[in-house]
Amino acid sequence: MEILCLGLSHHTAGLDLREKFAIPDGEIAAAATALSHAPGASEAVIVSTCNRVEFYLAAEQTADGFAAINQFLAARAAALEGDAFFRLPTEGTIRHLFRVVSGLDSMVLGETEILGQVKKAYAAASGGGATSRHLNKLFQRAFNVAKEVRTKTNITRGSVSVGSVAVELAEKIFGRLKHCKVMILGAGETAELTAGALHSRGVQSIFVANRSYDRAVTLADKMGGKAIHFEEWQRDFHDVDILIGSTSAPHHVLTTAQLAPIMHARPDRPLFCIDLAVPRDIDPGVAKLEGVYLYAMDELQQFADHSMNTRRQEVVVCEQMIERHAASFLEWLAGGWSAEGGRYRGPDPGDAPEGANS
Amino acid sequence: MDRLLLVTSTFCFLFGFAYTMHALGARVYKPSRLNFFAILTGFLFQTGFLYARGQMDGRCPLTSLFEVIIFLAWSMVLFYLLIGPTYRISLLGAFTSPLVFMLQVCALLLLKDVPVKSHAIPNAWLELHAALSVVAYGAFALASVAGVMYLAQERQLKTHHIHSIFYRLPSIHDLAVANHRLIITGFILLTAGLGAGFAIGNIFAHSALTRWSIGVWLLYGFILAAGLRHRISPRRVAWLSVLSFSVILLSLGGLNFISEKAAR
Repeated sequence: MEILCLGLSHHTAGLDLREKFAIPDGEIAAAATALSHAPGASEAVIVSTCNRVEFYLAAEQTADGFAAINQFLAARAAALEGDAFFRLPTEGTIRHLFRVVSGLDSMVLGETEILGQVKKAYAAASGGGATSRHLNKLFQRAFNVAKEVRTKTNITRGSVSVGSVAVELAEKIFGRLKHCKVMILGAGETAELTAGALHSRGVQSIFVANRSYDRAVTLADKMGGKAIHFEEWQRDFHDVDILIGSTSAPHHVLTTAQLAPIMHARPDRPLFCIDLAVPRDIDPGVAKLEGVYLYAMDELQQFADHSMNTRRQEVVVCEQMIERHAASFLEWLAGGWSAEGGRYRGPDPGDAPEGANS
Repeated sequence: MDRLLLVTSTFCFLFGFAYTMHALGARVYKPSRLNFFAILTGFLFQTGFLYARGQMDGRCPLTSLFEVIIFLAWSMVLFYLLIGPTYRISLLGAFTSPLVFMLQVCALLLLKDVPVKSHAIPNAWLELHAALSVVAYGAFALASVAGVMYLAQERQLKTHHIHSIFYRLPSIHDLAVANHRLIITGFILLTAGLGAGFAIGNIFAHSALTRWSIGVWLLYGFILAAGLRHRISPRRVAWLSVLSFSVILLSLGGLNFISEKAAR
């Protein structure tokens, strides 16, 4: 039996082309079932996300399998054009799937959302009867590989965007954010994204102060916060835990002299300052005050870069793990079932395959 | 036989220490059951040692500095086992096992293990006083461990120099809470220990050990009062808890010398 994959991803095709071949969630199960019944095919799983559309097939002959996918796509969307589609034989398919679920093939290296998406695609195909022993084993093994890669390496470590870095730092200062009060000075795009990331973690309240009050109201409404006039931001500031500065003011909006008495009055309550403005809104001198944690755009970006570098350094280790599992799976595929109850013998004897939806 | 139990427990903490060093060195520290069970096993052997000593001495095994140090190490592990899982501060175990290991190694290698024989009938109040006080110091010791963790994490946040341990250490808020609660626990136990001591009467009230204990009680009382009145930052509380316990540890030897001299 051959296992093969035909697909396109953000590496090979632009959004226009990916959109053209994408299959909506509601149709995935039926499409996988239809493909598995196509002449030359015996099992099928279709993974369709915003960054990839991939068809995994088990077939007696590689050529017949690819022909089945071609016909399926031609009937459904359009004929395959150019070299946007990649075609992988058995060995390449196994390695590719293991890399995809481990986040190594993702646009953001190490992201974890793809694992859930592939699990969902597999569950849909499996529920529709489109999979059998070969793809069942392959996908279950892939989920085990993803789990091992994530727990034994640093491939998911740290945050890689400014918003998520801000959230991670806030959580390292305050623990849970549900009691935190956030104030945004200025309503720039990055400030909005950062505040949105904090809002998604359930911060207690958000104050938005902007020179254009209407813009402040719009942003505050979006996040269930409260808009305040820019001239009045200092009135509510003493009670704030996280300050996001993003105005276009040519001078510091918050100075050390302003902040020092406020921090003196609340020595046991830290303040996390996120300065996203250029020129800076917050006097760098405030970082010397006890209990004040100041991060400007450069530091947040450095933090994100550091996380990304850590992830990149882990790729080699991840690839080695994947290689080991791929070789073991190929061995199983060549030898068929083991003597003891048809169990897959992976490279790690203690690592039993997970359930389909785990 | 009893020393064998102690040596075995020391090896358990050495394992915890080595595991932590290895895991931190490999930059993939994960809270491990293996580490927890090593500490738990070490605790059981420690308990076995103290029980055997208690049987041998015919009283609470706090008759020499050697026994006091082991009792202190035991108290630290007791508090870790009680609060580590509760507050999900799993890395506390990683920081605790090195300190417990070093305390036990110092006791085994540097101190004379000669239980002080006394033919006097054990005084229940005195035993209660001694045991509660040392358990209280165990809580203060663990508070200082939480303090070290707080200072390490706070420094990384302040200076933006992020090491791999940053991702594994809890938030400074959680560490400050753990530190504060351990100081409260130690303070309550020490208060009870001193109360039990005063029930003995004049002999207790005029000893150097009592004055020292009252000094420690006042020190931690000050830290607590300042913290409760929100007049001191968690960073300073962390520093004070580390410094205070260092003073306790360093003065134990001198105090023991004075007590022994006074007893002669």
